[in-house]
Amino acid sequence: MNIIEVKKLHKIYDQDTHPVHAVRGVDLNFKEGEFAAVVGPSGSGKTTFLNMLGGLDDPTEGEIMIDSVNINELSNRKKINFRMNHIGFVFQAYNLIPVLTAKENVEFIMHLQGRSKHDRELRTKELLEAVDLADKLNVRPNKLSGGQQQRVAVARALASKPKFILADEPTANLDSKSAANLLEIMEKLNREEHITFIFSTHDQRVVDKARRVITLDDGMIKSDVQV
Amino acid sequence: MKTYMKLAWRNLWRNKRRTIITVSSIFIAVLLSALMKSMQEGSYDGMVDMAVKFYSGAIQVHKDGYWENQRLNNSLRINDSLIDALESSDHINFYTPRIESFSLASSENLTKGVMVLGIDPERENQVTKVKSKLVEGVYLDQNDEGVLLSAGLAKYLKLNLNDTLVMLGQGYHGVSAAGKFPIRGIIKHPNPEFNKMLVFMSIGQCQMFYSAEGLLTSFVIMVDDYAKIPKIQHSLIKSINTNEYEVMNWEEMQPVLVQQIESDRQTAVIFKGILYLVIAFGILGTIMMMMSERKREFGVVIAVGMQKFKLKTVVFLETILIGFVGTIVGVIGSLPVIWYFYKNPIPLSGKSADAIIEYGFEPVMYFSMAPSVFLNQAITIFVFTAVIAIYPIYYLGRLKVINALRS
Ligand SMILES: Nc1ncnc2c1ncn2[C@@H]1O[C@H](COP(=O)(O)OP(=O)(O)O)[C@@H](O)[C@H]1O
Ligand SMILES: [Mg+2]
Repeated sequence: MNIIEVKKLHKIYDQDTHPVHAVRGVDLNFKEGEFAAVVGPSGSGKTTFLNMLGGLDDPTEGEIMIDSVNINELSNRKKINFRMNHIGFVFQAYNLIPVLTAKENVEFIMHLQGRSKHDRELRTKELLEAVDLADKLNVRPNKLSGGQQQRVAVARALASKPKFILADEPTANLDSKSAANLLEIMEKLNREEHITFIFSTHDQRVVDKARRVITLDDGMIKSDVQV
Repeated sequence: MKTYMKLAWRNLWRNKRRTIITVSSIFIAVLLSALMKSMQEGSYDGMVDMAVKFYSGAIQVHKDGYWENQRLNNSLRINDSLIDALESSDHINFYTPRIESFSLASSENLTKGVMVLGIDPERENQVTKVKSKLVEGVYLDQNDEGVLLSAGLAKYLKLNLNDTLVMLGQGYHGVSAAGKFPIRGIIKHPNPEFNKMLVFMSIGQCQMFYSAEGLLTSFVIMVDDYAKIPKIQHSLIKSINTNEYEVMNWEEMQPVLVQQIESDRQTAVIFKGILYLVIAFGILGTIMMMMSERKREFGVVIAVGMQKFKLKTVVFLETILIGFVGTIVGVIGSLPVIWYFYKNPIPLSGKSADAIIEYGFEPVMYFSMAPSVFLNQAITIFVFTAVIAIYPIYYLGRLKVINALRS
């Protein structure tokens, strides 16, 4: 069963002045439990594509169905709620709210969802243990390493129990050891908890871990392979 | 809400230096404004006290039209119904009859225009505490044939205790008035103008001098609480015949003083307005900087599912909190300073003192501890931080999550 269906997706930036055709006609489906990498050279449209998948940017043409909901037809408010309940986000860097501790950052999204305190605390502990940060509960982001911050971001992304996690170059700012460690954790969550991950990268070692590799070139799909 | 408050509070302190600078600027504005307000209200209180307690009383009853045209011919005849009305009114602490007029006073070869106050010595003392201002000699008896002179007048006429004062004037219906009076005492009136021209006589003596037996120019009324003046005035107006009498409060009798206070207040409002405007722009600058620095963070929280109105609540609280903290610090810091000046009014000297004496006031700078001194500042800052908070709300309203994330 497809959780994401992308049809004839186009994105043209600055259509009136200097049009840039960043995504040109992408058709793709994602199934539950996938561990998929979107790869391609810089400027190939990875970020643009993932942003549209996450409902952060509007396509110029085409449609995106998530769980049979056409997200482009949602109002801004509904879109925000939809993201909160269905999609987990991990960005390249500066994911966390600097004035909140690791624990509070993870709890934050459950707070927005209105979950009970008991629920929140239980799950936060569970998640921070899952990303090997059980000992950093009360530490603020500026006291965490880049790799640790990204792991908290993964824990936060999972906190809302989303359908899938979108991660745009999550390892780009990490050294190779931290990058490998983050990937290991993501892979484990995918394998053991069946969490769906869609991430972009241009790091070959990260690509090697993926079970599906979608290659973009100049806004078009060059290849889409299951490995 | 608790979470938002926590977020706002922590955000407030994430750039400690900047917050401390902002809070300090508010502190200084509050301190200056509170000091200024305190000084103003203090001096107004002094002015009003001077006018009310030492001369006009809170309310006066005259024959209708007397205040417009203050002549003996406009005096009233004592009658029981009027006394009944005064006696039966609540909140009137004391009242006293007076007959007031002008006259020429002279000693051997000096002459000066004076203001003659015919008083009921006992009652007058209850209202204006004249006795306490006696610096030499004795106070008047009920039907005393002597007079009390204000110190400045005595000095001008070169008269001493037990000397004789000669007075010449015009009495009731143009009858000429003349008399010689032994000086029983010297009074130092706190109002420097009055101090130069007052003569006190017993009321009987005064009526005789002016050929105005049984006549009064006014009843002077003192109340326990100035705030009740309008109420008392109103009830008096109801209980006496207003075709015959007029009932005036001190503000109506001294419009110049009221006007002076009002225009002074307005000048101060302009000054404080400018001060607060400068501070407000400082805060606005801080907020604008803070917003643009946090653009990406706003993008992230909206991306992961925070509704904009929640985010707006947080930044609104932050802005209000800056003002709130500044106000608290400002008020707490101002309290001891103002308390000190309240307890130790500043005596003035030199040119400014002369000018103040010229206006008829005591050359002392008093301070007020009235709650309004502090409350006004708190309200002002709350209002303008609330206005400033429109900016971050507007900013977030226009923010596009995708642009914020790319920044
Ligand atoms: N906001 C934008 N306005 C105009 N052009 C943009 C914008 N964002 C991206 N682009 C252009 O779109 C193309 C794809 O960019 P992007 O999606 O960021 O690629 P990638 O993430 O693969 O590096 C690039 O040519 C880039 O310059
Ligand atoms: Mg990119």
